[in-house]
Amino acid sequence: MASLAAPLDTTGVPPVRSGQLYRRHRLFVRIGHWLNVLCLAFLVATGLNIFDAHPALYWGQYGADADDDRRWLEIGAATGPYGGTIGTTRIGPLRIVTTGVLGWNRAANGRLQQQGFPDWATFPHNRDLASARRWHFFFAWIFIANGLAYLAWGFATRHLQDEVWPRLRQLAPANIWRDVVAHARLRFPRGDDDKHYHILQRFAYAGTVFVLLPTMVLSGLSMSPGFDAAAGGVLPQLFGGRASARSIHFITMDLTLAFIVVHVAMVILAGPFNQLRSMITGWYDTGRPR
Amino acid sequence: MTLLTRRGLLGVGAGGLLVSGCGKLAQSHTANDVIAQAERATYGWQRLIGRHALAQEFAAADVSPVFKANGTKDPQDDAYRHHADTGFADWRLRIDGLVARPLSLSLADLHHLPARTQITRHDCVEGWSAIGQWTGPQLGPLLKAAGLLPTARYIVFHCADTYGGEVGKGGAQSSGKYYESIDLVDAFHPQTIVAHSMAGKPLTVAHGAPCRMRIERQLGYKHAKYVMRIEAVDSFGRFELGKGGYWEDRGYEWYAGI
Repeated sequence: MASLAAPLDTTGVPPVRSGQLYRRHRLFVRIGHWLNVLCLAFLVATGLNIFDAHPALYWGQYGADADDDRRWLEIGAATGPYGGTIGTTRIGPLRIVTTGVLGWNRAANGRLQQQGFPDWATFPHNRDLASARRWHFFFAWIFIANGLAYLAWGFATRHLQDEVWPRLRQLAPANIWRDVVAHARLRFPRGDDDKHYHILQRFAYAGTVFVLLPTMVLSGLSMSPGFDAAAGGVLPQLFGGRASARSIHFITMDLTLAFIVVHVAMVILAGPFNQLRSMITGWYDTGRPR
Repeated sequence: MTLLTRRGLLGVGAGGLLVSGCGKLAQSHTANDVIAQAERATYGWQRLIGRHALAQEFAAADVSPVFKANGTKDPQDDAYRHHADTGFADWRLRIDGLVARPLSLSLADLHHLPARTQITRHDCVEGWSAIGQWTGPQLGPLLKAAGLLPTARYIVFHCADTYGGEVGKGGAQSSGKYYESIDLVDAFHPQTIVAHSMAGKPLTVAHGAPCRMRIERQLGYKHAKYVMRIEAVDSFGRFELGKGGYWEDRGYEWYAGI
């Protein structure tokens, strides 16, 4: 993941001299990208606030307090070995003490409280299920509209087929290995070689665009009883039930965060000024070839 | 490096601004008015794509071993205590408001009406869910029997319980009379029933005895328990805080299909 997003399709265009600025990201991609930043920031922060109303996850059609056998994740507080309160997080059989962060943490007003995710990580900065839900659904609408527009535009302009979807010849094990090594050595492509996505970037972006984000949206919609009825039972059964869909919604949120962490790390390593400029103005400097 | 350090400092500064900015944003009336438009979009969209769609029904084997009782579990209101202590012998369900022929049904009347039994999933706004079996007459035929007037637009459910709220939900919590309201699409939906039985037995007090609503395509807080009166209205603005329900008055969406 040396660079931020797909370059222009340069087929048939005379090659630009290396080391020159060229228009990398089209306006549609740039606007969509920053809308995603805005939406995901709110969706994650409000989502954690919503999660805090019932900080436990289950597998199956349903899940509530008494369904211990279906609960695979829970965040709570308990009395510690020396008498004080500790925060605990259980993931399957694994029990972790998360005092100060998960389960038992400091509220925005400074007091210690029992709460799943802490106030500083949530929007609003205090437990408020009603407000968090309203903000979540507002940005969910924008996120979905933006995503659908991107997919429609991307297919129509062949941006997705040509610039995001892995090319057959890139799938050769030797090529994949070469890209892994290049990433491990932080040797980012230069010159004309930097005008198209390499295979690891394509895996990351195609996986996010075609699998991760659609799964996150559909699992989120599966929690809506109204949408489930309209979908004629396809949702939430696609995920094995509503409680499973809620779990998968949470997991896809974590994976999206992991993607963002790697993505931002790569932007910083590959040259944040050039990368940010290309996503704001479109202009990207490929640098001189090695 | 200098650039990175400066950027780093800028980042920390921006983080601080972000936190205080978020607090202001969350409290801004203008922002909240804009945000609230999403509810209209959801309501309109779900009515468009699934106006008459049925909620999924399950098999007996899918029922939750323990169906969590939430909200009021034992109303302390005097009138309700009297009914509970006397086996709801002189309890009556009133169906009135914008109807030609108001109805007054005893619990026996309710049990003798043609009933629908359905095994459905109950989704709480908090995130948990449970599957249960419910039995009771459909609301639609009752409204027809009462002669719903053309001016009626909403159905309001007046409940026997005063509820104090739930700290676990966060946000504004205060005591008030529980009530709910739905549109006529949900009122005449075949799965909208006045449930008097759960799992084949009369409702327990914790689950809303003697009857509760099942509004299967919406979240749990719409499924009013301890229903005393069903009133057809043209607007729900005159009840309590005017938002159409106990939780709606405390910031939750009136349309709880999501």
